[in-house]
Amino acid sequence: MLDKLKKVWQVLKRPSIHYSLGFLTLGGFVAGVIFWGGFNTALEATNQEAFCISCHEMENNVYQELQSTIHFSNRSGVRATCPDCHVPHEWTDKIARKMQASKEVWGKIFGTINTREKFEAKRRELAEHEWDRLKANDSLECRNCHNFDYMDFTRQSTRASNMHSTSLASGEKTCIDCHKGIAHQLPDMEGVEGF
Amino acid sequence: MKLMQLVSLAAVMSLSLGVNAESVPEDKISTLRQAPLNVESTPPRMQKVMNTDVKQTRNYPMQPPVIPHKIDGYQIDTKVNKCMSCHARNRTKESQAPMVSVTHYMDRQNNFLANLSPRRYFCTQCHVSQLDAKPQVENEFVDIDQLINSEAKH
Repeated sequence: MLDKLKKVWQVLKRPSIHYSLGFLTLGGFVAGVIFWGGFNTALEATNQEAFCISCHEMENNVYQELQSTIHFSNRSGVRATCPDCHVPHEWTDKIARKMQASKEVWGKIFGTINTREKFEAKRRELAEHEWDRLKANDSLECRNCHNFDYMDFTRQSTRASNMHSTSLASGEKTCIDCHKGIAHQLPDMEGVEGF
Repeated sequence: MKLMQLVSLAAVMSLSLGVNAESVPEDKISTLRQAPLNVESTPPRMQKVMNTDVKQTRNYPMQPPVIPHKIDGYQIDTKVNKCMSCHARNRTKESQAPMVSVTHYMDRQNNFLANLSPRRYFCTQCHVSQLDAKPQVENEFVDIDQLINSEAKH
């Protein structure tokens, strides 16, 4: 047994003695493809709504609230899923967000929001995290679909076109400054600007 | 014989006048159920909410002003009142929306409160948006100033 292990270790230690350079290069390439593909497939798997709402915390609170909003059901049938708004599309940003999200695994294990009451108590804090994130990236996740350059003000209501052609156009405000609570219920907004 | 003819003519005329005055048949005003109990009726098409942002005149004395825009998904509960993010006193400069009247800050004893009075907090108890629908019954309301003006002319 030990002999066998020793042999394996020797091969691993100096593989070029045992295998040709071509085999190692090709083998490394193939292994790399498999690893990279596997990694991204796993990453994509965690980027699906089914994965998000496999936690009852998400399914019973935020997912229920989403269902009555226009981002879930509407005239044209286009809908936003959890990651469309909560995970960046760009790979590097996505990895950064996924690393942040490891805190959520901690929260899941220790049941930080495992009852409705606990969730409600933390709602303001959680909402603020999302507002801060969207404020910092200029509402990137909104703009993935709602592109300002292609907005037709004449097809918007008077109020909407007034706001969009001034505050939003000048860059003074970003989507989340006005459109808070569009997909989930708002927390107690005491002291929040604009409420 | 002549008299009989006259009477019947009058009867027919009054009947037809009576029918003309109503835009909806009597039996349909009394109930929203348009089909027998054991028949599933096809619901009427849902009307669009008017979203013109143009203020409407009132339709009866002391009517709370109607909402001239969509209010889909506006949250009004103990945590937040979405309407007030435009109509509150400190928000109207930015939003140019009509300011909530001062009476909404008064309690039953006419004391002024710093915030909306709890009895006036839930906007949609009185204020509603309007559907782009044909009125089932004609409104014959005449506002008081119109009444005074027409009196003065006579």
